[in-house]
Amino acid sequence: MSNNKIKPKTVLMQGNEAIARGALAAGLDFFAGYPITPSTEIAEICSVELPKIKGKFIQMEDEIASISAIIGASLAGARTMTATSGPGYSLMTEGIGFAKMTETPCVVVNVMRGGPSTGLPTKPSQSDIMQARWGNHGDAPAIALYPNSVSESYALSIRAMNLAEKYRTCVVILSDEVLGHMREPIELPDISKVKIVKRVTPTKPPEWYQHYPDNPKYPMPKACFGEGYRFHVTGLSHDAKGFPTNRADETKILMDRLRNKIAYHIDDIVQIENYQMHDAKIVIFAAGITSRAAKEAVMMARKKGIRVGMMRPLTIWPFPDALVKKYLGEKKAIIVPELNEGQLSLELKRVMGGIWNYETRKTKKIKEINRTDGLLITPDQILQTIMEVK
Amino acid sequence: MNNKLFKKEIRLSGSGGQGLITAGIILARAAVLDKVRVTQTQSYGPESRGGASRADVIISNDEFYYPEAVNFDVLLSLTQEACDKYIVNLKDSGILIADTSNIKNIVHTDSKVYELPFTDIAMNKLGTTLPTNILTLAFLVKITGVVTENSLKTAVSNSVKSQYVDLNIKALKIGFKLASEEMAKQ
Repeated sequence: MSNNKIKPKTVLMQGNEAIARGALAAGLDFFAGYPITPSTEIAEICSVELPKIKGKFIQMEDEIASISAIIGASLAGARTMTATSGPGYSLMTEGIGFAKMTETPCVVVNVMRGGPSTGLPTKPSQSDIMQARWGNHGDAPAIALYPNSVSESYALSIRAMNLAEKYRTCVVILSDEVLGHMREPIELPDISKVKIVKRVTPTKPPEWYQHYPDNPKYPMPKACFGEGYRFHVTGLSHDAKGFPTNRADETKILMDRLRNKIAYHIDDIVQIENYQMHDAKIVIFAAGITSRAAKEAVMMARKKGIRVGMMRPLTIWPFPDALVKKYLGEKKAIIVPELNEGQLSLELKRVMGGIWNYETRKTKKIKEINRTDGLLITPDQILQTIMEVK
Repeated sequence: MNNKLFKKEIRLSGSGGQGLITAGIILARAAVLDKVRVTQTQSYGPESRGGASRADVIISNDEFYYPEAVNFDVLLSLTQEACDKYIVNLKDSGILIADTSNIKNIVHTDSKVYELPFTDIAMNKLGTTLPTNILTLAFLVKITGVVTENSLKTAVSNSVKSQYVDLNIKALKIGFKLASEEMAKQ
């Protein structure tokens, strides 16, 4: 929102509703889920809207069934999504690993609440950031997006649906209880003008078709079940046609592709926001709902004449390593507020840990602000830390 | 609303079931009609079914990001519990609107206080306490001018079920009238 005045045709919308409507604008036609606070509105809206467009909504018996259902539907050509919160996400991780291994596009929304276990169902948290990266067993890259407003929830929901199709993987949308239930004005785009990455259909004759080609271009052609193409789907290591293999050379090709299809396209996937960074000496690195407090803290500090800026990853995974080094390398101090016990800051330490600060003649300091009591980090709390490190 | 920069942090508080979150949404919709920036948040826990419940609305024509009300410019309280709990965060220059049908003691405050038995007024004039939320919201809007009266009226008509529009518009008018009378007294 850069204008002082909001343009007409804006409506007041909740964050969860924006995620559901964004996905629908991006062609969502199959949703299977199991309702859980604070994500329930997403399922609720899909249950009303999908039948209107001849889409399918299924309330499954649990989260394992939900993720399995959307993977199956996606293999048959549907654009799919499910929504859950931490406890449900834990159950889904097995299926998420399967979606990544079988390169099946799907979107999983995790509206984060306090944990561990059933934790604080009605309170916000950011404690599933690492779970979105490492939730599945085995090595597989992750794509996870985290908006910080209602209008961005809508935009990133469209983007997640497209990235899933483009890179044939499971994409995670992170949100949190406050963001999911918050209402803000949003200017809805003309749905006919929303950019949709469509599944590319193979041009080869069915007998030559490889579901898992060695050196693909993205988006890679992908047949759907029922179109006459034959391929096998398994969670076991598999060859180009999808059949299980134990061979080292074939497994290497598979694992390299899973890694490189994300690693080679980081610039396409990663998005960040820089706020007041041009002359900042101190930088707040924050994502999602916490970045709202961070931005407010930047404004407060600037009024006191302290040069503070904010860097916000919209793409949490893959982590914006190169951009972090580029923009934060020269800064005096970095403050990382987050509603967990230090997950983003752990990642920053990995990237920044060895960087020498010429001013303090020490390895750069990363100051954490952590909160896990179910309340938001306030702008005042961040400002206090700014005063300590300035 | 004039072109001067303003930011108002408003907390509507009471007990779950009194319609405060609905009132918050309606106020936010009115702000959208006024083409200003607005963010609405609320308590989402079991208190939304009884116990101290709250809805926050921040209205501004300038940039702001933090979505919850911290220091309130306006506090509306319909119960003693909510009033006691939140009055500490009311600005000295702020306004407290208290429903004396339920609130018997108000701790000392430097803020401006409007005390009226809103629930009883709704019962006497409309035969039901249901639209107390809209009645007090109308009072709040007239006193503070955070949104225009027309936008509020449109937002109410668009937000409540068609069979309740008349009742709520009546409540709205009573709220506006009460506010005019209060302001005339000052």
